[in-house]
Amino acid sequence: MTRRDVFERYSKTGDNLISILHDLQNENEWNYLSKEDLQAAADYLELPYSFVHGVATFYTMFSLKPRGRHIVRVCQSPPCQLMGATTVSDELKKLLNVDFGQTSADQMFTLEMTSCLGVCGVAPAMMVDDDVYGNLTPKRVNEIIGEIRRES
Amino acid sequence: MKKRLDVLICGGAACIASHSHDFKARLIEVVKEKDLEEEINIIETGCMGPCELGPVMVVYPDGAFYIRLKPEHAERIVEEHFLKGRPVEEWLWQAPEARKIVEEKRQVPFFEKQLKVVLKNCGRIDPENLNEYIGHDGYQALGRCLTEMTPDTVIETVTASGLRGRGGAGFPTGLKWKLARKAEGDVKYVVCNADEGDPGAFMDRAILEGDPHSVIEGMTIAGYAVGAAQGFVYVRAEYPLAVKRLRQALDQAREAGLLGENILETGFSYDLEIRIGAGAFVCGEETALMASVEGHRGMPRPKPPYPSDSGLWEKPTVINNVETYANLRHILLNGADWFAAMGTAKSKGTKVFALSGNVNNTGLVEVPMGITLREIVYEVGGGIPGDKALKAVQTGGPSGGCIPAEYLDTPIDYESLAELGSIMGSGGLIVLDENTCMVNMAKFFLEFCVEESCGQCSPCRIGLKQMLMVLERITRGEGTMEDLDDLERMSHTIKATSLCGLGQSAPNPVLSTLKYFREEYEAHIRERRCPALVCTDLITYTITADACVGCTACARKCPVDAISGEVKKPHVIDQDVCIHCGSCFDACKFNAIERR
Repeated sequence: MTRRDVFERYSKTGDNLISILHDLQNENEWNYLSKEDLQAAADYLELPYSFVHGVATFYTMFSLKPRGRHIVRVCQSPPCQLMGATTVSDELKKLLNVDFGQTSADQMFTLEMTSCLGVCGVAPAMMVDDDVYGNLTPKRVNEIIGEIRRES
Repeated sequence: MKKRLDVLICGGAACIASHSHDFKARLIEVVKEKDLEEEINIIETGCMGPCELGPVMVVYPDGAFYIRLKPEHAERIVEEHFLKGRPVEEWLWQAPEARKIVEEKRQVPFFEKQLKVVLKNCGRIDPENLNEYIGHDGYQALGRCLTEMTPDTVIETVTASGLRGRGGAGFPTGLKWKLARKAEGDVKYVVCNADEGDPGAFMDRAILEGDPHSVIEGMTIAGYAVGAAQGFVYVRAEYPLAVKRLRQALDQAREAGLLGENILETGFSYDLEIRIGAGAFVCGEETALMASVEGHRGMPRPKPPYPSDSGLWEKPTVINNVETYANLRHILLNGADWFAAMGTAKSKGTKVFALSGNVNNTGLVEVPMGITLREIVYEVGGGIPGDKALKAVQTGGPSGGCIPAEYLDTPIDYESLAELGSIMGSGGLIVLDENTCMVNMAKFFLEFCVEESCGQCSPCRIGLKQMLMVLERITRGEGTMEDLDDLERMSHTIKATSLCGLGQSAPNPVLSTLKYFREEYEAHIRERRCPALVCTDLITYTITADACVGCTACARKCPVDAISGEVKKPHVIDQDVCIHCGSCFDACKFNAIERR
C-alpha cells in the first residue's frame, strides 16, 4: 500500500492523524515513521510539520528510527515481573544480542518493553507484532524466535 | 438446529497466548474425521476466567470443564467423551483443596462465589456472532429504551440503580448523564474509555473480546439518554484482538439496523467510531483521552470545565469506561431495584477483578460488591501457591495502594478501599506473597508513573522523579531516615498540586506502603537489609565452609570472577568484587551458599 492508499481511507480531518500514523508505520518496510511519512501526513491533513512531529514523538508506539521486521515487546508490569519477566528479557537480549530499544544485526527483530498486555493470567508474556505469547520460559522464547526466523 | 453437544473453546487473549487455536484446529479436524460435524457445535467464546489454566474448554449439556488442552488431547476427547459420553477425567479441572474431579463447571470453587452480570455472556457465546448475542436478550434493553422510555426515564432508572463509574473513581453514572443532558448545545458526544492501562488490569479487554455488542448497546443507550448522535470508543493499541472483534461487531450492528440512521425505525440515529491509542498511559485520563481522540498529543487539561459541559471538541460529552457501559443493558432490562439489591449501601452491583500475581487461580472474576478480599484471594483465587503467607493485595495499579493482610476481611467497595489508602481502580488485583519487597513494589509503580508522566505540570514531572531517586537510594542501601519524611512530604505536595489524576494519585503506592510496611523501609535504611531478599544491592552471598565440597560450579558461573578456592576445598566470595547477581546461589548443588 502506498501513502496515497493510506490517505484515501481517511477524511482530511485532524482527528485521523493518529490512525494515519499507525497505518504509515505499518506500511513502512522498517516499521517506523520516516521524515517523509511525517511530512506527507502533515501535507495531507494541512497541519504544521511540527505538530505532526509532536504527536508522533508523544506516543511510545511510534518510532522515528528504523526498526527490525518484527517488534518483540516484553511486558514489564508487576504480575509479569513476579512470574519471571526479567529472566525472559535476559534470554531475549542474549539470543538477539541486543538491549531494549535495539535491533538485531540481521534486522529481523527489535526488542522493546511494553506496558501491561492484559494477559496477566499467563504471565510472563510478550507480544511479537500482533501475536501474544504467554507462560514464557527461556526455552519457549528460543522456540518462538526460532519459529519466526524459519518462517521468514 | 440444536446439536447434541455444544463445545465452547475459550478464545480470550490469554488462552490464545497459550495456543488454544492449535487445539481448536485439531479438534475440528478430528470431529470431521469421525463424521460428527452434524452433532457437535464448536464455538470460540470470549474469556471464561481461569486464564492460567488455559487453554480451557467447556462441553455442554453436562458442563465438563477441560483445562490445559493440547492438540494431542483432541483425539481421545472426541472418542471417549463426544462419542461414548465419558469425559476424560485426567484433563478435567480438579479442585485443588478436595482433589476431587469436578465435572460440572458450577461446582468449581472458582465459580461458586462469583456473580456474573457483566461477564454473563463472556465464555458462553460466540462474540463474532450477532445472533448469539441477540439470543441472549441482546439489544432488548435498547429496544425498550427507544420504544417505551423517554431519555429522562432512562436517566432516572440509571440513577436509581446506583451504578457508579467502573473506571476507578466511582462517579455516579446517572448524575454524569443528567449533567450532559442538561448541558446546552445541539451536538453532544458519547465516549468509551477502553484505554485500560493499569498494570495487572484486563477486565475491559475481556469484555471487548468476549461480548463486544454489550458495550455497543450500552453506548447507544447513553447516546439516546443524553441526546448524542455520535460516539467514539478509544481502545489501546496493545489490544489488537479487542479492536478486531469490536470492529466486526460494529459492522454487524450497522447491517442489522442497530446503529446508523433511524435505529429500529424509531427515528433515533446514532453511530460509533473506533479510535486507537498509541501507547500512552496518561490517555486513560478522560481529558487526555479526548485530546487523543481529536488527534492531538494526549495531554490532560484542568477541570472544570468538566466533559459533561465541554468535552470532545468542546461539546458536552459523556465519558464512561467499558465495564460501566456493559452494565447498562442489564439494569434497563431487569430494573433499577434488581441492580440496587446487589452490593453495599453506597456501591451497588458487581465488580469485575483481574486476579494476578502470587495466587493459584489467576484470571478474570466477577463478584458482588461487599465481598471481602479474603473470599476473593482464598476462595475464588484458591489461595497462595506453595502455601506461602499473604503479605498484601495491590489494588488500583499505579494509582492505588497495597492493602496488608490484616485488612483482608474488609468488605470491598469504593469507600472502604479509599479509607485503607488504596482505590477500587479499574479492577486490577495483584496478590503479593511473603517474598515480595514492598519498597521495591512502590519503586516499580513510581518508575511507571515517571515514565508515563506527560511532562506538562512540574509536580508530576519533577516531583515524581525526585521521589524515585530517593527510593532508588533506599533500595541501594544508601537511604537515611530523613528520606522517609521527605517522601511523605513530597507525596502530599504532589497529590495536592498535580494537574490530573495521574500525578494526583501516583504517590499512593508509596504512601500506602510507608503506612503499613514502614519497618521494611527502616530495615533497608538502618540495617541495609532487604527482608524479602529482593533488592540485589542489599543481598550478601557467603559460602559456608562446612558445606562446600569445592566442586567449583559456583566459581565457573560467577560472571565477575569473585569466587576463588582450590578444587575440593572450600571456596570464598570476595565481597568487594561480588555484584550480588545470585548465579552462584543457583549453581550450588550442596546448599553451601547462604543468602542474606
